[in-house]
Amino acid sequence: MAVESASELKRKDVVGIASLQPGEIQLILDTAEELLEVARRPIKKVPVLRGATVVNLFMEPSTRTRFSFEMAEKRLSADTLNFSASTSSVSKGETLVDTARNLMAMAPDYIVIRHPNVGAPHRLAEVVPASIINAGDGINEHPTQALLDAFTMRQHFGRLEGLNVVIAGDIRHSRVARSNAFLLNKMGAKLRFAAPASLLPAGVEELGATTFLRLEPALEGADVVMMLRIQRERQAAVNFPSAREYYDFFALTEERLALAAPHAVVMHPGPMNRGVEIDSQVADGERSLILDQVTNGVAVRMAILYLLAGGRGAATADS
Amino acid sequence: MQRLLIRNGRVIDPSQSLDQGMDVLLEDGHVARIGERIRVKAETPVLDAAGLVVAPGFIDLNAHLCEPGHEQRETIASGCRAAVAGGFTAVCCSADTKPVNDEPSVTAFILERARDVNLARVYPVGAVSHGLAGTELAEIGEMVRAGAVAVGDPGPVANAQLMRRALEYTRSFDIPVTSHAESAGLSDGGLMHEGVVSTRIGLRGMPAAAEEVVVARDLMLVRLTSGRLHLRHLSTAGSLEAVRAAKAEDLAVTCEVAPHHFTLTDEDLAGATYHTDWKINPPLRSSEHVDAVKQALYDGTVDAIASDHTPQHRDDKELDFSEAPFGVVGLETAVSLAVDRLVHGKVIGIGRLVRLFSIGPAQAFRLPGGTLRPGSPADVTILDLRRRVTVDPNNFRSKSRNTPFAGLKLRGAPVVTIVGGRIVWRADA
Amino acid sequence: MADKRAARARRIQIMDAGEIERTIARMASEIVESNGSDLLLVGIHTRGIPLARRLAERISVLTGAEVPVGRLDITLYRDDVGPWRPAHQQPLLKETVLPVPINDLVVFLVDDVLFTGRTIRAALGSLVDYGRPRAVRLAVLVDRGHRELPIAADVVGKVLQTTSTEDVQVHLAEVDGDDGVWVGKEAGHGG
Repeated sequence: MAVESASELKRKDVVGIASLQPGEIQLILDTAEELLEVARRPIKKVPVLRGATVVNLFMEPSTRTRFSFEMAEKRLSADTLNFSASTSSVSKGETLVDTARNLMAMAPDYIVIRHPNVGAPHRLAEVVPASIINAGDGINEHPTQALLDAFTMRQHFGRLEGLNVVIAGDIRHSRVARSNAFLLNKMGAKLRFAAPASLLPAGVEELGATTFLRLEPALEGADVVMMLRIQRERQAAVNFPSAREYYDFFALTEERLALAAPHAVVMHPGPMNRGVEIDSQVADGERSLILDQVTNGVAVRMAILYLLAGGRGAATADS
Repeated sequence: MQRLLIRNGRVIDPSQSLDQGMDVLLEDGHVARIGERIRVKAETPVLDAAGLVVAPGFIDLNAHLCEPGHEQRETIASGCRAAVAGGFTAVCCSADTKPVNDEPSVTAFILERARDVNLARVYPVGAVSHGLAGTELAEIGEMVRAGAVAVGDPGPVANAQLMRRALEYTRSFDIPVTSHAESAGLSDGGLMHEGVVSTRIGLRGMPAAAEEVVVARDLMLVRLTSGRLHLRHLSTAGSLEAVRAAKAEDLAVTCEVAPHHFTLTDEDLAGATYHTDWKINPPLRSSEHVDAVKQALYDGTVDAIASDHTPQHRDDKELDFSEAPFGVVGLETAVSLAVDRLVHGKVIGIGRLVRLFSIGPAQAFRLPGGTLRPGSPADVTILDLRRRVTVDPNNFRSKSRNTPFAGLKLRGAPVVTIVGGRIVWRADA
Repeated sequence: MADKRAARARRIQIMDAGEIERTIARMASEIVESNGSDLLLVGIHTRGIPLARRLAERISVLTGAEVPVGRLDITLYRDDVGPWRPAHQQPLLKETVLPVPINDLVVFLVDDVLFTGRTIRAALGSLVDYGRPRAVRLAVLVDRGHRELPIAADVVGKVLQTTSTEDVQVHLAEVDGDDGVWVGKEAGHGG
């Protein structure tokens, strides 16, 4: 059941994988494949979005995602404005809607938003005519990360369908895990979660994964092993005892990786906690696709910006 | 001598096992007579209730009237206007005012304002702990003397020892302790019911167990203390099962449920794309819990339907889902929702519905009223079971508009509210 | 159905497979005569690509040397694509492959039909982002006139007198299953 690519991305916004159709995901991945080439040219820029304005509204610290978006925007010749929690006057108390209305006075074509609160991009999409791209909302979704992960898997294996993908770590607080789960289910991959139950969400079956409470059995026959960052800052101390114990039982080591398929590859959305959820040998080893993920991220984000161009004012398909 | 004859209504009064076409004569603030074809002098005002249900005045056990201190959300005046327009003749108001109603002067202030407003009866519920801090008992006896009818913090009380002492101490004053049953530790910053839907839409969940463990704790404390307990806004199958078992062993426990917990599920919240009017605590539960609430209404486990009217200012509800306050206004929708979903929805009969709004709550807090027995207060709620209404927040008398029911079409509504023999509200024809 | 038949009836064949083959042969020799070595042929999607391959084969027969062939997608340089375009109609992107660095080469852009010149403007814009060729030239199978930009082809297979509403259709076997050129009223491709 290879997924047929859609011919257009018929929506104003990309706020989550949950609301994307498989054909639309395929279209984004196909488009990204062509845009990957831009990075290999002497002049790494195309004029297609010249005159378009993109506001990068980052209400939560982020370096990688913001840089990746900014590079994607610049490679498409868009003008970029960066607002971050530390440099803007936006603070608790001002509603997101107020912030958005102020930004709209500058008539941006796109708003890329990273926000600690779940649903912030969805609300924004309702009140402003600009195209909204979710760069991560709380523990909910991080759609561009899932798309770049899928792109990287497809690049390596030539397909997503039928791949055995293990996602291990703090599934409960991970927007990366959630977006990946939605995407991989839609695209026909086989998903496994590996985590102690204290790091799994209630009703985890809703995310379409087979769940393992230890890492080792999950790894058997795995094609892709994706390790999540253990967000120590977000962990109440009751979710697991210590980083040391986490490493002992749940980290990806060379030894454990040997349990996966011989051709298995290793991924991580970054930033990594070396020696907590992943060993340096594995992270830097020849089976690691971690740096490909970073490169591919720019192309995937370019694809979304390109495909949403001109979508301003169109009715959003998310409701 | 002030008189009012309510003629030809279908009088439903569960306190007297009454459901038949009768007249009700109100005289000087009390029910004077109830019977067939009551004769009065020509000058006595007559209210024709043909085709309508005449019931004892409805009592809401749980509303936040916000005054003093949060008048931008609601005042005693606006809250009472909303109450009578919603068919309520009496409202019990919670202690989360500013200053907190934890001492007699605040209790007295609320009652004085209510007297000035002179619409619905207002019964203050005092705080159980000083400053709602959950550490020291509030001045319970003093508040009772000033007019409080119950005590209870409108939020979680983590300290089981305080709860124990409150249940013991209140025995001297014969009032119930109300409990907002929630373990804040288990709720852990949750924003909605924990389950497959919270996992699907990515909002942090609070499990049903966060309510159930505290219900279980408080019921054990009733066994320990012989105090009287009233459980607020129960929303889970486990909580209601625990109450059912407790009632079977004759524990002194009563409970209420809120209209949104028998009308909406977490799927409705999911369908509302993070709109904060669906952010309610206890949260909108999954359908099996909603079914359990209906079952408990049917089998008599539940004593009262209470609105849990919680006004929030629009500016606060415009915040993101994570930051916006919990709560929904309910005074003006509770009765219509109950008639439409429970009576027309064939969950319970009209007699049970009237019980849940009248004698049920009256007995839980030992309030006057809830009955049309001669000599009772002349508080009457008249309903039109066929009247079609559309929920329009712009027409609310409440100062706040936070409702997930906007635009909903309902069948059945209050049409006349009478307090102390005086018509205080009447629906437009 | 009747409309379709009528349209087909109004369609006139201008070139057949044999004539296309002879024309390509002539174009190849013109390219060789005027430009010699250091050639790169770059076909513009879609039919420019098989055309460039056929030209390259002919040229290598004439010169005995392999001629590299590239593929160019001009979408990202088009003047009707981007934020101004109506919602949700961004054209699908296709592959761009330039097999060798283009610096100091003579680059022949190859397309099937030359019409307004806008495609060629976009192609020129794209090419300069890949390097600095010694010269850029243009070879087209059909020049149908109606230029909207100051652009001319260096090597032309056939000049066609058309009205601006007429449609010129080029079929090439690699894309369409058969070879031929038609003029008609039917809407279709023909940039």
